[in-house]
Amino acid sequence: MSSGDYTVTYQEGLEIFKTGWAKSWLAALFLLMALVPFIADTYFIYMANITGIFAIGALGLNLLTGNGGLISLAHGGFMAVGAYASGILVAKAGLPFVIALPLSGIIAAGFGLVIGLPALRLKGLYLAMITMGFVFVVEYMINKTPALTGGGEGLMVPDLKLGPWTVNTDIEFYFLIIPILVFLCYFTKNLMRTSFGRALNAIRDRDLAAEVTGVYLAKYKVNAFVLSAFFAGVSGSLYGQYIKLISPDHFGILLSIEYIVIIIIGGLGTVLGTILGSIFINVVPEFLRLFGDVTRSSFPIFSERFGDLREGIFGLLMIIFIVFEPTGLAGIWRRVKIYWKSWPFRY
Amino acid sequence: MNTAQVLPQLFMSGIVIGSIYSLIALGFVIIYKATKILNFAQGELLMFGAYIFFVLSVDLKIPYIFAFLLTLTFAFLLGISLELFLFRKMMGQPVFSLIMITIGLSNVLRSLAAFIWGDMDMVALPSPLPMKPVKILGASLTYPQILTITAMVVMFALFALFFRVTRMGTAIRASCDDQDAAALTGVNINRVFQLAWIMAAVVACVGGIFLGHINYLHISMGFIAIRVFPAIILGGMESITGAVLGGLIIGVAENMAGGLIESGLQDVTAYIVLILVLIIRPYGFFGEKEIERI
Repeated sequence: MSSGDYTVTYQEGLEIFKTGWAKSWLAALFLLMALVPFIADTYFIYMANITGIFAIGALGLNLLTGNGGLISLAHGGFMAVGAYASGILVAKAGLPFVIALPLSGIIAAGFGLVIGLPALRLKGLYLAMITMGFVFVVEYMINKTPALTGGGEGLMVPDLKLGPWTVNTDIEFYFLIIPILVFLCYFTKNLMRTSFGRALNAIRDRDLAAEVTGVYLAKYKVNAFVLSAFFAGVSGSLYGQYIKLISPDHFGILLSIEYIVIIIIGGLGTVLGTILGSIFINVVPEFLRLFGDVTRSSFPIFSERFGDLREGIFGLLMIIFIVFEPTGLAGIWRRVKIYWKSWPFRY
Repeated sequence: MNTAQVLPQLFMSGIVIGSIYSLIALGFVIIYKATKILNFAQGELLMFGAYIFFVLSVDLKIPYIFAFLLTLTFAFLLGISLELFLFRKMMGQPVFSLIMITIGLSNVLRSLAAFIWGDMDMVALPSPLPMKPVKILGASLTYPQILTITAMVVMFALFALFFRVTRMGTAIRASCDDQDAAALTGVNINRVFQLAWIMAAVVACVGGIFLGHINYLHISMGFIAIRVFPAIILGGMESITGAVLGGLIIGVAENMAGGLIESGLQDVTAYIVLILVLIIRPYGFFGEKEIERI
């Protein structure tokens, strides 16, 4: 086991997983993930799928907000664009899913470009507002074009076909979603180690200083938006295929806020944080439901009003994390890891 | 009916809803001026005010004027405690975190209200004045609607005077200009922040009560604040006058677009205006132009 950073060659310095231990843990994790569908029940796999889909979108948002420091409330809208683009391409144009998936990401990315351009002039709360406006405009457009999108009644997405293989059950979806998630995690992790990632971090920390040191702000900000929207589009496309019937209600401003909660609770600017946050936000309501079931006899109000409380508890968690633990779950994880690595010594 | 007949009615209804927008916008601007925070929970404060007033005046049958004053007292306490227990702890943190906290706060308040009042029927607040229509400028308005416009004008006048005349108002304007410099010259920044939150909560509750008169109470009535963002952007984030004018303009524009072009357009007009303003003139009509080249 390593107790510090003792790399001697550039090659070693560039590795993501520096020790054999880390690699074997990773292999064990992959093995576990591959085995899960055969052990767990359907509901667990369903939860894992939803978590995976949300984690893909949250990866994109974390790239933009955590690494780039650009607030976006538009991700609910980007996800809607991805879901509808993919749904329409498959249902109306009859394209195979293999083409529709990246294409829906690209269409969402196109919208990201449109939103990213004004973002060049705007920062902080102005950006929050314009991205929020985008969500409402998307909702309006979906409701206004029933011929194409099914309007308020929703759009039926046909069964997912990959060549001869029809993806139908939760387990099959699991083996579609999780590999995409793993690949995108790997991609993001690596991207953050390139000049692009470092430029984004520089923009987040101080945009003026970044520009002085030669980071072309316009290019990087727009690219970050485009890439981020692409992720959300892919996530939306998978979501549409998974739940089969999409309607504008699925993708409101509350979804955007939920995404923000994910990355704040998980930890801004880290891939691990995105994953932890997505798991957390899907697991906590389960505990709440459990709590509601347990107290049903003595306090029936908790199980009845569970839906109302859910949102408030997210909000409360968000406040608690910002005030007391701004680095999120990923930060806690890192501290615990460092503690055990050097245990019983202090360093 | 032809356009010429509908026009005055659309205009005046726009002014009424615009007055509510203006009241909400005042709350936004006051907090922004003092603390540079954009308070996403402003609409939820409004919703809370309306429900508290409902409990006081309908459930507890307290006379209108006392219920009104008690609601304002509640708003005062709410504003103080929010500042004291939440935002004072975050002093000096990046604005990003503070905005995120207000988003979290709006979720908490909304779900709290849903938890307490979620199964209540949709009702309007009882009005002290009859719902009889009156003709004004070729449009018929009810008394509560006229009262709403009056309340907005009164609040605006009070705040404009406060910022112009009083010592504390000057202090808030100073800390809006430059917090550090204001603190150095002896402005008590904590007091400024506290006062800003109190005023914002009070103005939100007043807005909530009047919105309750002309509309129904429901848990998501706070979302109306989201439609006010375009108004403050249009008017400029730092300007009281801008907030009021922006609110009225958005109210009228929405009603006109909804009534004359297409009914669904009413809901998005504000955002279209928002996106246009942000692209063309991001600091609004009355806002301060910060020179920053990016």
